[in-house]
Amino acid sequence: MKFKSTALIASLLLACGASNAVTLRVANQGDVQSMDPHSLNESLQLSFDTNIYEPLVGRGKDMSVIPVLATKWSQTSPTVWRFELRKGVKFHDGTPFTADDVLFSFKRAADPGSDMRGYVAPVKDVRKVNDHTVDVETITPFPILPDTLTVFAMMSKKWCEENKAEKPVDRRKGIENTASFKANGTGPFRLKERQPSVRTVIVRNFNYWDKIESNVDEVVFTPIGNDATRVAALLSGEIDVMEPVPLQDVERVKGSGNYTVLQGPELRTIFLGMDQKRDELLSSSVKGKNPFKDKRVRQAFFQAIDEETIKARVMRGAATPTAEMVGPGVRGFQPDMNKRLPYDVEAAKKLMAEAGYPNGFEVGMNCPNDRYVNDAAICQAVAANLARIGVKVNLTAETKNTYFPKILRRDTSFYMLGWTPSTADAHDALHNLMATPTDKGQGQYNLGSYSNPKLDDLTAKIQVETDANKRAEMIKEAFKIHQDDIGHIPLHQQALAWAYGKNVTLTQLPTNYMYFRWVTMKAKPDAR
Amino acid sequence: MSAVPAPVAAPSALARFFAGDIWHSFRNSPMAIGAAAVALACIFCALFAGVIAPHNPFDLATLELSDSMLPPAWMQGGQSKYLLGTDEQGRDVLSALMYGARISLLIGGASVVVSVLVGVSLGLLSGYVGGRVDAFIMRVCDVMLSFPSILIALLIAGVGRAMFPNAHDSLAFGVLILAIALPGWVQYARTVRGSTMVERNKEYVQAARVVGVPPMRIMLRHVLPNVLGPVLVLATIHVATAIQTEATLSFLGVGVSPTSPSLGTFINEGNKQLFSGAWWLVIFPGSMLLLIALSMNLFGDWLRDALNPRLR
Repeated sequence: MKFKSTALIASLLLACGASNAVTLRVANQGDVQSMDPHSLNESLQLSFDTNIYEPLVGRGKDMSVIPVLATKWSQTSPTVWRFELRKGVKFHDGTPFTADDVLFSFKRAADPGSDMRGYVAPVKDVRKVNDHTVDVETITPFPILPDTLTVFAMMSKKWCEENKAEKPVDRRKGIENTASFKANGTGPFRLKERQPSVRTVIVRNFNYWDKIESNVDEVVFTPIGNDATRVAALLSGEIDVMEPVPLQDVERVKGSGNYTVLQGPELRTIFLGMDQKRDELLSSSVKGKNPFKDKRVRQAFFQAIDEETIKARVMRGAATPTAEMVGPGVRGFQPDMNKRLPYDVEAAKKLMAEAGYPNGFEVGMNCPNDRYVNDAAICQAVAANLARIGVKVNLTAETKNTYFPKILRRDTSFYMLGWTPSTADAHDALHNLMATPTDKGQGQYNLGSYSNPKLDDLTAKIQVETDANKRAEMIKEAFKIHQDDIGHIPLHQQALAWAYGKNVTLTQLPTNYMYFRWVTMKAKPDAR
Repeated sequence: MSAVPAPVAAPSALARFFAGDIWHSFRNSPMAIGAAAVALACIFCALFAGVIAPHNPFDLATLELSDSMLPPAWMQGGQSKYLLGTDEQGRDVLSALMYGARISLLIGGASVVVSVLVGVSLGLLSGYVGGRVDAFIMRVCDVMLSFPSILIALLIAGVGRAMFPNAHDSLAFGVLILAIALPGWVQYARTVRGSTMVERNKEYVQAARVVGVPPMRIMLRHVLPNVLGPVLVLATIHVATAIQTEATLSFLGVGVSPTSPSLGTFINEGNKQLFSGAWWLVIFPGSMLLLIALSMNLFGDWLRDALNPRLR
C-alpha cells in the first residue's frame, strides 16, 4: 500500500514535471570547448562535463573526497589500491558500467592527445579483479591517488569504440571526433543538444543511480561573451544563473534586489609565465639569447608590476595578491611565505641594467580576453608597468578558443595562465606547472619550461611521501626554490562571482565547479 | 615684325575645378559643407594627435593606473587634466579618441584605397575586354562573395601573423589593411564592370577606337572617368564599414594590440562598462565614430547627386 501511494505520487510528480518542466538557464563568459571530458584540463569544461560524466571519486560540498563510481577503496600494498565499483550503474545508453570501462578510461586518459595525462602519469597499471573491482598500481607510493582521480571521468568502452572515439579529442592539433559533440556518461544529466558557441542543453537522467537533489529537468547553457549583454540577460530574466559577474556590475546586480551575487574566494591563482627554454625568444628584439634565462630579468619583471594597484583598480578589490603558485585552501599553501617582492621600479631598472638591458627590450605577450576575470585588462596594466623599465610589450589578447591551443603548443614567450589545483593539493601545481616538462605528462602546463632539478626531485618525493609532516616540509622547500628562482610571476587569486535569481539555491565550490544536481529552483512569484 | 601672340595658358586643373560645376554645387549645399567640415576636423585631429592631444595614451610608461575610471572633468571626481575622463587603464579619453581615430582612419582609408584600386582595375578590364577574361574575373568574384568577409579577413590576418610572428606594428597594420581590403574589392569590380559594359558601346568609345586609340588609353582616359561616380559613393560608405571590421578583428585577437586601441577597440571595451555607469567610455568614442561615419556618408550622398548628370 505504501509502495502504491509512493508510486502514485511519483507518477503525479512526473506528470507535473512533463507538463511544467523546470528549466535552468545558465550563461557563462565563454563556451565549453568540448563534450569530451579528457580533451582539455580547463575548469569550465571539467565543471560542465562533470554533470554528464562522472569520476570514480568525487568531491562533496565541503570539498571532501566522496565515493562516486567507486564505493570504497583501500590500499592493499603501498603502491596498489583496490577500488570497489558501484553496482547497478548504467551509462545513458543503457550499457552497464563495469571494470572494463574503468580500464578503458585510464588508457584513454593516458593517450598522447589527452589533456589528463598529468593525472594518470603516476599510474603504472590498472587490473581488473572482477567485473566490479579494479586494482590500480602506481609506479611509486602515491598517497593522493583518490584526490587525483576526482579530475578525470569514466567513459563507456563500448560507446567509444562504436563511435570511433577511442582516442581523446586533441585541441592542440585540432583533431575532433564524436566525443566532441555527443556524450554518454553515467552522470545525473544527459546531453540533449550541442551547438558549439551557441547553446548546449542537458536534461535530467531519470535512471541515475542516486537520488538527485535538484528539481531541475533541463539545463540550457549559453555562452554570452559580452559583459554588458550577460548582465542585461540576467536582469531581464532571460537567464537564471550567470558566471562570472563583471566586477564593474556587481553593485548594480545586487542593487536590483531580485538577484544574489555570491562572491567567494577561488582556488585559482593567476600568474605570468616566461619562456626559459628556447635559446632565443620567439618574439623579442633580443637576438641570440633569451633574456628570461637570467633571473635578474625575471625579478625585474616581478618588481616592476604594481599588483596592489592592479588589485585596487583593475580588479576593484576582488582579488588577493599572492607570492605563491597556490592559494589559501590548497593543501601545502605557506602563509609565512606569501610575501611579494616589493613593487620597486628603481630596483627593477637596476636589475635590468645589471643583466645587460639598461634600455629594456621588446617582447611579445599572449593573453586571453574571455577566460579569467578582467584578463586582458590585467595584461594591459602589466604592459604599462613594464614600459616604465623600458620593456616594450607587444600584447596579443585573444579569445580562448585560439589562445589555449596556441600557448599549449608553447607558441609564446610571455603568457598569462590561471590554475586551480584540481586535487586541492600543492603537488598538483608542482607537478603540472613547475616541474620540468617530460613526455610522460609532467610539467604539461609549465608552458615556459621553467626547470630546476632540485624541484623535480622534491616533486617526485612529495608524490610518494606518506608522512604528512615530512610531505609538508618538502612542499615548503620546493615552493621556496621556485620562489627564489622566480620561476613564474604569481599575481593574485581572483574572487568568484556568480549571480542568480532569488528563486535559485545552489552550491558554489572554491574550484568554481557548478554542479547542477545541487541547484534547486522555486517557481517564480511572477510565473509566466 | 609681327608679334606672335603669347599662347593663352591652359587653365590649371585646380582652376578648372574651382570654375566647374562640382565646386559650384558644393558651395551651394550647406549639408555638403557641414559634412566636409566635420570630416576634415576629425581627420585633422587624427593626423595631428601627437601635437594637440594633451596626453599620449599609447605611451604606456605615462599611464597612471591609479587615475583609472575618472569621470569627465565637469563631474564630481573629475580632474581638469582629463577633460573627458579616463578608462580602466588610466588613459585620457580625449587623447585616446584622437589617437584611436588615427588608427581607425588609417586602416579604414588605406584598406578602401586598396579595395578601390584592385576592384576598379579588375572591373574595368572585365567590362571592357569581356569574353573569357570577364567570365574568369566574375567567377573569382562569386567565389569571394560566397565566403563571409570576416572569414576571409581572419584567414589573411591569421596567415599573416603565422608568417611574421615577430611582426612589428607597421607590418601588422599592413596585414590588417590587406585583410580588410581583399574581401571588399568585389563590389567595386561588379559596379565598375556594369557601368563599363554600358559605356563601351557608346559612340565616344567607338569613335576613339576607330581613330586608333590604344585600348589601355581608352579604358583609363575615356571610360574610367565616366564610371567613377558610383565608386566614389561606395568608397565613402565603405570607410565606415572598414572601421567596424577592424574593430571586430581586434576583438578576435588578430587586429591591433589592445595597448594601442583604435576607435573600434575602444568602443568594444567601453561597451562592457555600459551597466556600471561609466557612460563616458561608450558615449564619446561612439559619437566620434558616428561623426566620422555620418559626415562621410553625407558627403558621399552629396557627391552622388553632384556627379549624376541626370540630376543636374
